[in-house]
Formats: sequence, structure tokens, C-alpha cells
Amino acid sequence: MKKNWWKLLPVLLMVYAIPMSFAGEVSVQTILHETIRNLYFHVTMWFSMFILFIVSMVNAIMFLHTGNLIFDVRSEMYIRTSLLFGFIGIFTGMIWANFTWGAPWVNDPQLNGAAITILSYLAYLILRSSLNDVQKKARLAAVYNIFAFTLMFVLIGIMPRINDSLHPGKGGNPGFGSYDLAPAMRPVFYISILAWTLVGVWIAQIQIKIKSISQKIKSA
Amino acid sequence: MVRIISQINTLLWKEFVLEFRNKNALNGIVLYVFSTVFIVYQSFRVVPEVPVWNALLWIIILFSSVNAVNKTFQNDGMGRQYYLYLLADPKAVILSKIIYNIVLLSFLSLISAACYGLVLGNPIQQYGNFIFVIFMGSIGLSSLLTMISAISSKSGNALGMVAVLGFPLIIPLIITIIKASKGVADGLPFNTYAKYLLTMAGLDILVIALSVILFPYLWRD
Repeated sequence: MKKNWWKLLPVLLMVYAIPMSFAGEVSVQTILHETIRNLYFHVTMWFSMFILFIVSMVNAIMFLHTGNLIFDVRSEMYIRTSLLFGFIGIFTGMIWANFTWGAPWVNDPQLNGAAITILSYLAYLILRSSLNDVQKKARLAAVYNIFAFTLMFVLIGIMPRINDSLHPGKGGNPGFGSYDLAPAMRPVFYISILAWTLVGVWIAQIQIKIKSISQKIKSA
Repeated sequence: MVRIISQINTLLWKEFVLEFRNKNALNGIVLYVFSTVFIVYQSFRVVPEVPVWNALLWIIILFSSVNAVNKTFQNDGMGRQYYLYLLADPKAVILSKIIYNIVLLSFLSLISAACYGLVLGNPIQQYGNFIFVIFMGSIGLSSLLTMISAISSKSGNALGMVAVLGFPLIIPLIITIIKASKGVADGLPFNTYAKYLLTMAGLDILVIALSVILFPYLWRD
């Protein structure tokens, strides 16, 4: 129980973040209007996903460095959790886009980048399931994880900047930058990111435990 | 460093000798390019718009590259891999494979482009720059696909795996190549598409660096 105190933190943060997301003060803008509240759900999902991908990649590097299989289990479970967040991010984004752009999906570098990210991490899971040998699976998965993360970083970090994008914050569109975000929105946004990321870590922790226990049962 | 360069030389020599000793693989891939171009020609007859022309050309090049690079690690049987493992530095192995694939893919892409332009019309206005773009694109495609085929050759289903693992990762590269190549085909001034060439060069360097860092971990079996 000693180690579980931090689980109280996301719960407390959620108590603050969720009511504030629906009822808090937001900046009023043309076209966006109240849909700007999606910032608290859609954008935080992507931030949490990205943080969990980084955690997973660090675990992959640690696995290659030490060869300890626990890092591989962690790496896989963080990816599974962040994929869940990615899917929720895509759906919340589609609902938002349907109201503001008039269509759930448009051909846009940012959106395509998101879809490709999901695809490349689904490929990671397929690579894992195609291998039987535990050590080999862990090694190949770690290498692919690092490779894919770096290219994904290029894809969603750089590509939308050299092409025009409809997405808020890119290609000169009103975004969530300093000039159009009401000061009251900032704390709610940052606290939401922290809260959802901690929820993600929580989910991943449970999955890691299940996986390592089932591996122990199998080997026993 | 000197040791690695001399190993790269030897390994490259080995790749070329093996390729020319066993010409059917190379001939097969060239024939693959011809047939694909012909299928496109028979399906489209004429491609009036430059963006479509350009995109189709790069899709043909992408698929033939996947086929060409796929055999890189499969040709080395288990015995030869152990032999290399004892003698060579893994960095030399991956760099020699990448360099060999760059040569192979540049040659293939040029053949595809020539053959494609011959039957489907040729809107290109700046030949020098077009060849430069093809060369840059081949460097990117070969380094990325070499690493992917290194990963997938270790898994059971190597052929399917290259497409599954490689295509999502190759999209940023292929988008930049298509944009740069469209700029060249349209005859735009160089500085309008220079940023795509720069992005491509950055991606190439990134992928080669990652391959050199990560390949040693893939290699031990």
C-alpha cells in the first residue's frame, strides 16, 4: 500500500479538472465557440499519449542496455495504453472537426500524421505477435520502437510545419497559443494533462502486473 | 574507423559479386518494374495531370524498392550470417548493405522513371534536378527499407512484415519526395522545393544514424 499513494493524485485532480472542463470560463472565439472545451479532452489525450510513448521508448532503451525483460513488458504495456489514448484522441478530434470543419476527417498533415502514428504502433503490436522467442521478440520490438518513435517525432513535429495545415495552432490558424487562450483555461489544461497522464500510468501499471504474473505462472 | 571502412569495402565487393554471379534476382526485379509500368500504362493509357503522373511514378518506385530491398538479409543464409558475425563489425555490415541498396535503388528508380516516361508521356522540365531528386529519394528509401528488412528478416513472415512495418514509417519520406519531385516536374524555381530536399536530407541522415546505432542489437542472435 505504501507505493500506491500517488493514485490519489489523479483522482483529486480529476475532481477539479472534469467539472472545470465542462463549466469553467473559456475564451470566446468565432467558429470555435464552446467547442474550444475539446482542448481539455482531445489535446490532453494526445499529450498523454505522447508522454506515454516517450516512457515506452525509454523502457525500450533500458531493455537494450540491460537485457532485463521487465523493461520489455513495461515498454509494451505503455504502448498499449497510449494507443488507447490515441484512439480516444482521434474520436474526440473527429467529433470536434465535425462541428467546426463540417467533416469528421479532412486531408490534413496533422490528421494524417495522427493516423500514421496509430498505424505504426499497431504494426509494433503485429511484430510482437509474430514472434515466439521471448528474448528475440523483446529485442526486435525495442529496436522498432526506438526507430518508429524517432520517425513519428519527425512526422508530427516537423511535417505539419513545412506543409499548410487546418489544424489549430498550425499554418497560421488560431490555436491554443498565448494570444487566444483565456488565462483561466491554462491551469485547467495543464492539470488535465497531468491527470490523464497519471491515469494512463495507472492503467499501464495494472497491465504490467497482470502480464508479469501471467509470465511467472507460465514459466512455473 | 579505418578497419570499418576496409570492412565496408570488402562487404560491398561481396554484395556486387554475388549479385552479378546470380543475375536472376536483378533481372527479376527489373522485369517487375517493366510489368508494373505496363500495368499502369494499360490501366490509365494517358495520365494528363502532372500530380497524378508524379504520384504514380513514386508508387511504382516504392513497390519495386520494397521488393528489391526485401532480399537483402534473406539471401544471407544462417551459416553466412554466423560467419559474418565472427569476422565483421555490425556497423560495417549495415552500412555496406545500405550503400549497396542505394546503388541498386538509384539504378532501379532511374530505369522505372525512364520506362514510365517513355510510355506515359514525360512532363519533366528540369532533368538534372529530377535525377538529383531520384537519387536523394533512393538514399532515403534504401536506408529506411534496409533497416526494416533487417528487423523483419528476424521475424517469421519476412515478406509481409516489411510492408506492415515499413509503409507507415515511409509515408513522411514519400510525401516529401513526391512534393519535391512535383516541383521539379512542374519546372518551378529551385528555392520553392529546396525545403523538401532539405527535409529529405535530414531524414536520410537520421535514418542512417539510427540504423548504425540500432543494428548491433538486432544482430546478435
